[in-house]
Amino acid sequence: MIVIKGVPASPGIAMGKAYVLEDEEIVVNRVEIGKDKVRAEVKRFKQALEATYRDLDAAEAKVLKTLGKQHAKLIDTHRLILSDPLITKDVPRRILNEAVNAEFALSEALDHVNEAFEKIEDEFFRERRHDLFDVGKRLLSHLLKQEKRSLTDIETACILIARNLLPSDTVNLKDSKILGFATDLGGKTSHTAILAQGMQIPAVVGLSDASHRVKNGDFVILDGEHGMLIISPSPEAIAKYQKAQLKTQQEEKALDALRGQTAATLDGHRFDLCANLDTPDEIKTIVGLKTDGIGLFRTEYLFLNRLEAPTEEEQFRAYSQAVKAMNGLPTVIRTADIGGDRLAQLGIDGPKNETNPFMGLRGIRLFLRHSDLLKTQLRAILRSTQHGKVRVLLPMISSMAELRSARRIFFAAQQELLAEGVDTAKKVELGIMVEIPAAGLMLDHLLTEADFISIGTNDLIQYILAVDRINEHVAHLYDPFHPAVVRTLYSIVETAKKKGKRVTVCGEMTSDPKAAPLLVGMGVDVLSVTPRMFLRVKQIVMSLRFEHASKIVQRALSMSDSDEIQRLLTDI
Amino acid sequence: MSAPITVQKTFVVPNKLGLHARPAALFVQALQRFRCKVLVAKADTEVNGKSLMGLMMLAAEHGSQLKVTLEGADAPQAMLEIEKLFVRKFDEA
Repeated sequence: MIVIKGVPASPGIAMGKAYVLEDEEIVVNRVEIGKDKVRAEVKRFKQALEATYRDLDAAEAKVLKTLGKQHAKLIDTHRLILSDPLITKDVPRRILNEAVNAEFALSEALDHVNEAFEKIEDEFFRERRHDLFDVGKRLLSHLLKQEKRSLTDIETACILIARNLLPSDTVNLKDSKILGFATDLGGKTSHTAILAQGMQIPAVVGLSDASHRVKNGDFVILDGEHGMLIISPSPEAIAKYQKAQLKTQQEEKALDALRGQTAATLDGHRFDLCANLDTPDEIKTIVGLKTDGIGLFRTEYLFLNRLEAPTEEEQFRAYSQAVKAMNGLPTVIRTADIGGDRLAQLGIDGPKNETNPFMGLRGIRLFLRHSDLLKTQLRAILRSTQHGKVRVLLPMISSMAELRSARRIFFAAQQELLAEGVDTAKKVELGIMVEIPAAGLMLDHLLTEADFISIGTNDLIQYILAVDRINEHVAHLYDPFHPAVVRTLYSIVETAKKKGKRVTVCGEMTSDPKAAPLLVGMGVDVLSVTPRMFLRVKQIVMSLRFEHASKIVQRALSMSDSDEIQRLLTDI
Repeated sequence: MSAPITVQKTFVVPNKLGLHARPAALFVQALQRFRCKVLVAKADTEVNGKSLMGLMMLAAEHGSQLKVTLEGADAPQAMLEIEKLFVRKFDEA
């Protein structure tokens, strides 16, 4: 039995036969060419560049289909590398100056970059050189007219062991029977790690010389939790890991069994458990989780990375897709909470260089200033009501005047659609985000005109505590269990209950296991959670007693210190 | 030919993850249509700002200072584009 320690890159345990991927050593010889042939050599290099571009186009289509947009972006990076002056300028220069073959000039250029990268201490940056090698190898194989290896031929269930896995190796792996990855090179942020996490199989990287020590067909155990590869394990080790594997499977089964069960505490207190939607590719996941609806559809993504605002049609299609998928369950769509800096990109005049964008022109403030943007979005949302149950949510409301202005535009949009004969639901609820303390402090008034509220914990906490979470100097002061936060949340929920209005809590706090008893105990009607944490949160809240949780809330309200409150919540 | 113009400005890397592949790619793409020469320096390492791998080599983490030097007739316009990217924090947190 040999145990090799590496870096855990994706959790889980895999056991099975090893498939060792031979390292592809391309030997490049220096060949002096005549001065009269250098131009032709440069041309040959340019042709290889063209061929590699075509490779990338083909790979992109495939990656999009099998691995999704996230991975397809990698191809974009590879295109940029291919057009990098370090390749397009440096290699021809070397060919011309040294009168050498293109292969040698290219490998010299790559070596040069590699040397620079090896000196980088930050692993995250150092890892990126593998993208360069991947592109470099593609180029070389075109120059040498070699076929690039492909992993499509792996048919049996196995643990793949390699010196390193390059993105171009793994394009075809999504539907393979591979149980796990083990590589000699790589770190936590390497391509292998990201791919394994996406495929939800274990991976261990940084195993130094593992690929030389394992032989094809060896029985191995891959422990993605602790970052270990065990070659020819002892019967005891196998038994131990089988037990661990069983336990994980049971845990997953227990979580799995929660899908579709009514969300309620042990003593029968009902509430809705919904998921947050950030991008359309999560719709399928959410449907699979059998949630009680989409508690927060963040529409910001529609406005990012583009040169003009999305049209009503485009938005209508995006909302309809989600609403249809929910099949009658509610979808709460929030109008875009974007900042002023986004406007310039969309070709609209807006403030630049706001010194404090979190307190600047964003959310409803921005959309009231540019009411055409708000009206277009509201029209698109209202039109999607023909496909199911939709509620509308306004971000960053801090005063009655803002709520009334937004409502006027909302009703105007409704009237317009009515006049145009467009089929929409008769009554559509319009709610507000409570994320600015001012809204919480005068909620009784706001609730005379708002149909429901959604507490955005991320912003609310940062505004209550005056802490910018991305400012490393104060980030540690961001604290969901600060007594002021607990009290504010309590008072918001109480006010809403008195007015008979529904309260949702969205934001990261809902995914914190410690926060669950607090939020459930306050009597929140809907928790909206990030899909990844949905079943875990469901498991926690379903193991609570409402009566007990309410008492805990009362005790927390009397406490003066966050640590004390957290101890109380951990002890449950 | 207009006279060569040199524009120089120092930026602090504003986004949490630093100038990794995506922001570096944005940087390179923004400069593609300009003809001016672009040099980016961190401490005593200087690289070609039109090279993605060059920028990555700087390993510019959050908060590090980058001195950007542009040379050429369209340098001022190019600098405006670069400023936009830093103000937008490369569209990241």
